[in-house]
This record gives sequence, C-alpha cells and structure tokens, in this order.
Amino acid sequence: MARTPDRQIEHLLRRAGFGARPDELDMYGQMSIPDAVDMLVNFEDVEDNVDSFIGKAGYVNVTTRGQFLPQANITDARQRWMFRMVHSDRPLQEKMTLFWHNHFATGYTKIAGALGAAEATRYLAAKASEDPGKVRGQIEMLRENALGNFRDILVNVAKDAAMLVWLDGRTNTKAKPQENFAREIMELFTVGVGHYTEEDVYAGARVFTGWNMQQVGNAADASRHQEFVYAAGQHETTAKTFSFPVYSNGSRTIGARAAADGMQDGMDLIDGLAANPNTARYLATKLYRFFVSEFGAVNETFVNRVGNVYLQSKYDMRAVMREVLTSPEFWDPSAYFARYSWPAEFVVRALKDIGWSGFSVNDALTPLANMGQILFEPPDVAGWRAGEDWFSTSAMLARLNFAASLAANQKFNLANAVKAANAHRSPEALLAFFTDALAAAPADASVAGELGNYLRATGAWTGTDTQVQSKSAGLVHLLAGSPEYQFI
Amino acid sequence: MKVTRRQFVKGGVAAFTVTFAAPEFLSDLALAQGAHTRNFVVLYFGGGNDALSMLVPYNDPFYYSRRPTIAVPAGQVLQIGTDASRVALGLHPRLTGLKQIFDQGRLALIQRTGYENQSRSHFLGADIWSTANPNDSQEFGWLGRYLDSLPSPVDPLVGWNTTSALPHVIAGRTAVPAIASPAGYSFVSPNAGAEAVAERNTALRIASHVPVDRPELAFVYGSTQAAMSTLDRVATVASYTPTLTYPNTGFGQALRAVAGAMNKGIGTKVFYVTTGGFDTHSAQSVNAVNGAYYNLMATLNDGLLAFHDDLRNQGLLDDTLVLSFSEFGRRISENGSAGTDHGAASVMLAMGGKVSGGLYGTAANLNTDPNNPTLENAAGDIHFETDFRSVYARVLDNWLGADSTRLLGGNFRKASLTFV
Repeated sequence: MARTPDRQIEHLLRRAGFGARPDELDMYGQMSIPDAVDMLVNFEDVEDNVDSFIGKAGYVNVTTRGQFLPQANITDARQRWMFRMVHSDRPLQEKMTLFWHNHFATGYTKIAGALGAAEATRYLAAKASEDPGKVRGQIEMLRENALGNFRDILVNVAKDAAMLVWLDGRTNTKAKPQENFAREIMELFTVGVGHYTEEDVYAGARVFTGWNMQQVGNAADASRHQEFVYAAGQHETTAKTFSFPVYSNGSRTIGARAAADGMQDGMDLIDGLAANPNTARYLATKLYRFFVSEFGAVNETFVNRVGNVYLQSKYDMRAVMREVLTSPEFWDPSAYFARYSWPAEFVVRALKDIGWSGFSVNDALTPLANMGQILFEPPDVAGWRAGEDWFSTSAMLARLNFAASLAANQKFNLANAVKAANAHRSPEALLAFFTDALAAAPADASVAGELGNYLRATGAWTGTDTQVQSKSAGLVHLLAGSPEYQFI
Repeated sequence: MKVTRRQFVKGGVAAFTVTFAAPEFLSDLALAQGAHTRNFVVLYFGGGNDALSMLVPYNDPFYYSRRPTIAVPAGQVLQIGTDASRVALGLHPRLTGLKQIFDQGRLALIQRTGYENQSRSHFLGADIWSTANPNDSQEFGWLGRYLDSLPSPVDPLVGWNTTSALPHVIAGRTAVPAIASPAGYSFVSPNAGAEAVAERNTALRIASHVPVDRPELAFVYGSTQAAMSTLDRVATVASYTPTLTYPNTGFGQALRAVAGAMNKGIGTKVFYVTTGGFDTHSAQSVNAVNGAYYNLMATLNDGLLAFHDDLRNQGLLDDTLVLSFSEFGRRISENGSAGTDHGAASVMLAMGGKVSGGLYGTAANLNTDPNNPTLENAAGDIHFETDFRSVYARVLDNWLGADSTRLLGGNFRKASLTFV
C-alpha cells in the first residue's frame, strides 16, 4: 500500500496529538487514515508504559531536585506531563487529557493554599499505583476517562477532591448553600451561558449540599487521604426546580427526598445536564474549535452531527472523537493549520521537530509561563483563553525566545542531521531541509527570500562545521519562531 | 474571549503600515500623539470585588446582622465621612495609604456602579465591563475602541498591557503590546556577534511583512512586528530608577513599570494593570492580618500608594488618572463558608492629581425588606445607582478628550459625576 502522505499524517497528529516524532511519522505513514484514527481512539490497545522511560537515554530529560516526585511536587508533575506529551504512544489520550484539564480547569495554587503543596500535587497528579492511599489525582482521573463517558466524567469531577476544594463544594451546607460549583457545572462544564438562570444556580447549590470530602486513615500513616463523602446531615432535602428538564420525561423538578437518599439529587441533575441538547452543542462547539478550526464561524453542520453522536451514543466520547477525526470538516484542506497552537502544543511540537536529546523539559516551564500557559494553573475556572489570545506581543516574544534556546541547545544535533542529509552543500539545500522538517503553514515567497538572504548574510557559503552549526541554529530559530509555525 | 481583531486585518492595515522605522521617528510620533500629556491607567480587580468590605457602611445594623463573621468592626474602619444620603462610610482598615490620598482630595469612590440585570458570571461580567455593552459582550473593549479612534498612524506603544494576556478591555484594531516585565522583553539568539545581528535583522524584516487575505496569520505577524519594533524603547524603561521602593508584588512591580514608562516618556497613553484573587467564596477573612481579603487590600494599598507618591515626587501625578473596575460586587449576606457569592453593583475608584476626590453616589441600605429599592434579587444584592458607562463617559470626555457618545454608542453622561 502506498504511504499516506506526510501532510495528512502530520495534520492528524498535530491535532490528535502534539505533532509527530520521526518514528511516529514512519509508523502512522504506513497506515490508511481510518486505521490511523482507529489506533488513536483505541489507545488502550497500546501499552501505557511511557512513564517508565523517564530518565532513560534517548528521551527528553527531566530535571530532578533530589528525588523526582511527580505525585508530590508540582514542578515534577508538570515535567512528567510534558514528558508524556513528547513520548507517549497514546497521543490522543494526552491530547484529550489537556482538553479536559482546560474544560474542568482546576488551579494548583488555591488547593495548595488549602491543603499544602504536596497534598495539592497529590490530588491533582498522583497515580493510584504510586500513592500509598491509592489516591488518583484529578489529571489521572481525566486521563483514564480521556475518551470515557461524559456523564461519568461529570460524576467523577463532582466528587474529585481537588475540585471540591477548587470550587468550594466542601463548604456547601444546607444552612448556607455554596453556589460556586453549581454555577460552573452549568456555565462552563455543560449547557453554557444563556441556558440556565440565576435561580437554577441557587437550586443547583442546594442539590449538591452535602457533597463533601473527609480525611480517612490514621494521622501517622502515609495512606491517610481525603476522599469523597456524602454528608447526609448537610443535605437540604426540599424539592428543587430548574428552568430546563432534569428528567427524560421532561420534569424540571427534583422532588423532596429524605436526607439519607439525597445524594441522588446530584446524580439526577448530572444526568439531566449530560442529556441536555445544549450540552451536546456546547461540547461539539468546543471540540470543533479545539480539533477542527478556529478560523471563521463554527460549522453548524458539524455541531449538529457531532452533537447527535454525543446524544445517541449516550455521551460516549470515543464515538464522538471518532466522528470528529473522520469528519469531512476535519479533513477539509481549509482546516490544515487553522488552529492557533497552545503554548504546550508549540513547545512539544518544536521538540519533536527540532530534537530533544540533551534538553530538559524543566527548561520549558518558565518559557511556557511567559507564553501564558502553566499546566495545573489555568488562569481561572474558565480555562485558558485560546486562539489569538495566546499571541500578545510578550507571549510571541517568549515563543521566539524558546525557539532560540532550543535551537542553541540542539545546535550540534542539527548540524549533524544536516550533514547526514547532505543539506550543507548550499544555502538552498539547507533551507529546503529545515522547511521540510518544520512543516508549517505556507509562507509567502518573500519570507523564503529573506531567509535565503539570512543564510548568505555574513559571508560566502563554505559549508564548514562552524557555519553549518550557526546557520542551522539561526534558521531553526527563525522558522520555529515564525508566525506560520504558530499554527497547527 | 471571542472578540477578534480580524476585522482590522481584513479591513485594512493602517496600524501595521508603521512597519520597521527608526526609534527616533517613533518617539517623535509618540510625542506628537501626546507623550507627557495625559496617562490613563485602567485597573481590573479580578474575581468580583466585595465593595462592602472595601467601603464599609459601618452604622448600618444590617451590615453586621448579615455578615456576622466577616463584617469590619465599626471601631476599626478608617472613617471618611458621610455620603449624600448621610450614610457614614469607612475604608477597610488596611487602606491607610488610600485614606491619605482620599484626605488629600485625589481619590474618588463612586458607589453602586453597575447596570440593569447585572451578570453574575465572571466571564460574561468581565466581558460586559470591558466592552461597555451589556448587549454585545463580544465586541472590542471600550479602551480598544478609544485607541482605534486616535489619528493614524498609531504608535505601537500607545498602549501598554502589564500582563502577558490580552485583556478584552484594551482589545481593538490597535495591537497593544503585552509587556509583563520590561527587563524580560528582549530578543534572544542562539548565536553571538554578527550572526545574531543578521538573525535579528531578518526577524525584523520578516515581521514587517503583511500576509494578504490571511487575517489570522496577519494577526500573529502583527504581534511579532509590535514586539520587534518596541524592544528598544521598552529597554529604556527597564533602566528606570523610581524615587521610592515599590512593593515586591506583581501589582506593585506592574505599577513600577508604568511609572517607568511615564518617566521615560515613551509615548504610552493607556496602561492596563490588574490584581486578582477577589473571588472570595470562602474564608474571605476580611479582618485578620494576612487573611484573604485583608491581603488583597494590602496589595492594593501598598502598590497604589507607592505609585501615587512616586508620580507625585516626579511631578507626573497631574498627568495621571487611575480607574478601577471589577466584574461584579458580591452578595450582601455572607455564605456558610465565611465568604460571599457573586453579587451585583460594586464601587469604582478613581485616583490622580486632577481628580476631585470624595464620595460619589449613595450607599445602599442593607435592610432585608424585599422591596428595598437600593437592593435587588430579593434584597440579596446591591442594585446599581450609577451606570458604569457614565463613569467611562466622564473619563472619555473629560480626561481622554474623546467623544463618549460615539465610543459608547449612546449618551451616558451624568452631570453629577464630576470626579474628573
């Protein structure tokens, strides 16, 4: 079978992953598009062993301060996630995890203020397999449910320790209902602004009264941890009426219940919100902007179709994502490079395109902050402001400067690759080599002209090691820092 | 934020036609456009500021009955007199610097600002305060529209955003550079010497290019171009030595940069500064030293006082106006978490050498009677008295020399708002 063109595989992996390493391009290139999509969405068939390569030769480095503790130190948690983005063979799982992290945006600092730094990291990023109390941090819950059932994700989120702190659910009592979580589950997690009322927020707060957490285990024991508890004594038992149907029979009222059974109020409301057609549209719109295109108006045909798949599959995100990645809108040529890259996407793609050997993801964390994205620290519960909002002048400068520091770091590797490909024979060959390696949105002809002038700017072309090193690094800086490269 | 500047790139390339020009020329242009004339600093309190903890009606018994744990004790407020409705008011006890500025007549407090059916959503609320349009929260920001109304070519440093985000309030056709730290605003190269110079020159030339019919790409080109063309002038601000030490908070350091930009006369007219953490749903801790709200007031007070005194020492205070906003005030009654939920009207601050200080508007009566006309939402929230657009109108008309009716899409002028 003929190889699927790089251009298509690269498009698929820029969106369903974080770009393509050379080995990924090779492997996926031998598949048809439907097979490649199958492999991405059925990621459980691929072994999940990426973490075992942390610290091994041949992989991007992490920087340790004593022990590497991604379950207790937020900097290490950030490094582990960056490592996975670069090296995971389940790219869509990592990509969906980022999507959900933004959708259920939860910030480390507030949780650390309440529980302390190590505990906050634990409830955000610990793996159950590495925690003495089997705590599964929020990001691990989202990763495990990356293509799970959206209703189940909502239930998990509502019971999540980090979320109970972040949106104050743990202080929601019958005497003083707390509106924070109730508002955001409607405004940001499901139906969206305009599809709920202030009265719904007040009723929703009462629904979730008693959804709390408690400390279990002995104080001296490392397994001691916070876990979800339904505190019946704090549940407000009267009926709650909404402006939208909560039940499939159209009923808008959650009837009065005994306190002991009151947790069902929240389950009923989550069921109602998951089944709400506005949730289907809200998610489909967000998926369109994240996976398909940020240019022009949202495609209503896509939203209706994907929204229907969501509703008919009873909120199965695997079915939804298969529809997204096989949709004509996704494969339309106008969708190629029609998305402003997020800082994490830009950084990881640059590592995959330029090289990572000898680079530590730790050195990407400050640049990422300057670009506007700190993992586990979204600006607020609405998540990051995507699209052109990523491109303030200082954020763009931070991207240029990251490209410069990575190019400097990879100077020798780049020159070696150039020589292996015999691309050091002329400025034209060097430009062609790197333009292909850093596949970007097409640039106008005058840009290539300027880059050619740059390669000739400081003296005649000799192809010596010194010249190839400095020109390769300089050119990679200009290409990875170019506006065209900022689109995925 | 969904507002886009794409209309701009589609409609014409006026701002980007100031492509790569010598800094001298830009400075001349900046001077011609009003450097050393009037500066405007818009200050956003992120999260929804609890006006009742900042400006306390300490004789209202309902203030105490509705806030049993978080009310500021009457004996601790910094009394600043009574408003037109004879309500006695006091500043939060940590606002000692603002009290001094108030006593010198340079701080105005505009009470109960908001709008009808105020949004309790952070995001919609912030968009509405940014656009000054409750009906279309997606259009450009009101200050973006102001910058767009300046005669072109517009200097690329006419606005300065002290965050690394793109705040909606200054979003417009005119790209406002985001300069979180002047010292970090520099161009790095993997090479040294002549190679580095060649690289930077190439980056500059490429950035001045304008892609045709590709508005999104042109937008990113615009950001790159604005960054490259302002590097040198911003570097001068990094060398600024203030007349006093600013607090080492993000807010304090942002104001230090603003004062530096004014001192160096780089031509900026509008600055955006923010300080966050006002979403105090739980453990609001208004009174305890190092409590959540107490610390918010400390950050605010110490930053603004340093800024005020630094500008005063340099004779720049009369050229400067600071105006604050927040997306909403908070619920009157405290919740079960010793915090407050999202509410409605709030208070705005205006500070500057030419400000007519004092209390504007009247305080709400916090009586829980559902028919209380100063409240709304079954007496749960404070009802607005002054449309926030009237405050913006005063700034546009009387400080920025613009036509508020055109920029706000209507006549929101209110004669009693004489704070500037």
